[in-house]
Amino acid sequence: MGSSITQQIFQQLVNGLSLGSIYALIALGYTMVYGIVKLINFAHGDVMMVGAYSGWFAITVLHWSFLPALLFSMVACALLGVVIERIAYKPLRNASRIAALITAIGVSLFLEYGGMLLVTAQVRTYPPVFPETMYSIHGVIFKYGDIVMLLTSVILMALLHFTVQYTKMGKAMRAVSFDKDAALLMGINTNNIISFTFAIGSALAAAAGVLMGVYFNTIDPLMGMIPGLKAFVAAVLGGIGIIPGAMVGGLMLGLIESIVSGLGASTWRDAVAFLILILVLIIKPSGLFGKNVREKV
Amino acid sequence: MLVLEEVNVYYGAIHALKGISFEVNQGEIVTLIGSNGAGKSTSLKTISGLLRPKTGNITFKGKNLASIAPQVIVAQGISQVPEGRHVFANMTVIENLELGAYLRKDKAGIKQDMQRVYELFPRLLERNAQISGTLSGGEQQMLAMGRALMSKPQLLLLDEPSMGLAPILVKQIFSIIKEINASGTTILLVEQNAHMALSIANRAYVLETGKIVLSGDSKQLAASEEVRKAYLGG
Repeated sequence: MGSSITQQIFQQLVNGLSLGSIYALIALGYTMVYGIVKLINFAHGDVMMVGAYSGWFAITVLHWSFLPALLFSMVACALLGVVIERIAYKPLRNASRIAALITAIGVSLFLEYGGMLLVTAQVRTYPPVFPETMYSIHGVIFKYGDIVMLLTSVILMALLHFTVQYTKMGKAMRAVSFDKDAALLMGINTNNIISFTFAIGSALAAAAGVLMGVYFNTIDPLMGMIPGLKAFVAAVLGGIGIIPGAMVGGLMLGLIESIVSGLGASTWRDAVAFLILILVLIIKPSGLFGKNVREKV
Repeated sequence: MLVLEEVNVYYGAIHALKGISFEVNQGEIVTLIGSNGAGKSTSLKTISGLLRPKTGNITFKGKNLASIAPQVIVAQGISQVPEGRHVFANMTVIENLELGAYLRKDKAGIKQDMQRVYELFPRLLERNAQISGTLSGGEQQMLAMGRALMSKPQLLLLDEPSMGLAPILVKQIFSIIKEINASGTTILLVEQNAHMALSIANRAYVLETGKIVLSGDSKQLAASEEVRKAYLGG
């Protein structure tokens, strides 16, 4: 009996990490974009949806395998992200933040209902891209898909961390996000860095979209709404604008949700996620990794 | 080298620079002095391209700067140490210096210039792996100056390098400014500490509410009745 409870706990941990890694991938885009232009990009979840459809197109129409389809969808969404920023957000860069926020909601609706027009509201089924193999370790079941999903997320996050910490582009990103005018004085083309940030964030969302399609088997034009909001919660939980915060926030949210489901209260899952948002905003609005920055004179 | 002609700059409806003209010649230290709000920092921001003049010309080595992007201005050889240092406080000293050399591709030259910065500011070498937000105000000023030198500027713009520093540090910073100038970098210095600024500059311009009211040799200005009364405490 005791062992079956431990088994269940571990099973929920596996499920939670899989789901959490998707949240983390989406949350990264939210947090990076917020870090650099101080905008909550509410269209981000819908970019993930476009990513899911691009992956679906590559797999079912072009008959590509998982990896090329994933890359295709990431590139497509990177371009989409850059175009959205240039057309919708860049003209408002010096406008009030509420104007940009409303525009983001507009872009979100545009993608959702434009998507419906283009691919119809019909739910599509993701073809099985992975073998149905399951591995059982001490009774805890790992699906092949779970492992690929976790691996993909970990690899992408490691790549992102490397890019941001060690490459010239990454350092420029951190500089622009910390102090845009000082970055300009270094000769950094801030417009290019902002585009680059949107490209990376959108590519990560696309990866999350493909993984989600693979994981849940179905996709539809409104699929980005709830995961988008959840990932926003994850980003706020970790500390908006802080990259490691988004990773940890995403994984934590996934774990919490699967624990809630595991306790038999799966209908309360979404409520718990948003309860977390409320609690974070009341108790520590800067998030788990957030610090109060003081200026030294 | 740098020439401003009848430059007018506005912040919305506020007329911040009212037809300013001045010039900086190769090899000089020129200072802009004046009280708070006179337009000193605005002048530097306009030269760096962070603000745009509504009318007037800014030329650097004969090339018009008035409509080109800040990063292109840096590439032309103008680097600025902004007021309040503005170091990237979340990054290490080395990373800050690397960002100063953002536009350069000559790895050997960058390394050499980093050595030179460490020679000018040995304190930065001691702390090179430290997060720059943990440095003292004086060390941050050194870092901001070192970072600006990393782009190998021909003209260095310094905005209030003495602000908030202890007198002994101010002396040190000013002697380093002279050293930088001696090694061939032209300097345009903005200061509220008129006494210090006039002591190292060749020439000076006095700004008052967006206009240049006096100009000339800095020794003569330092001796003039008007400047002594208004800026040197009698």
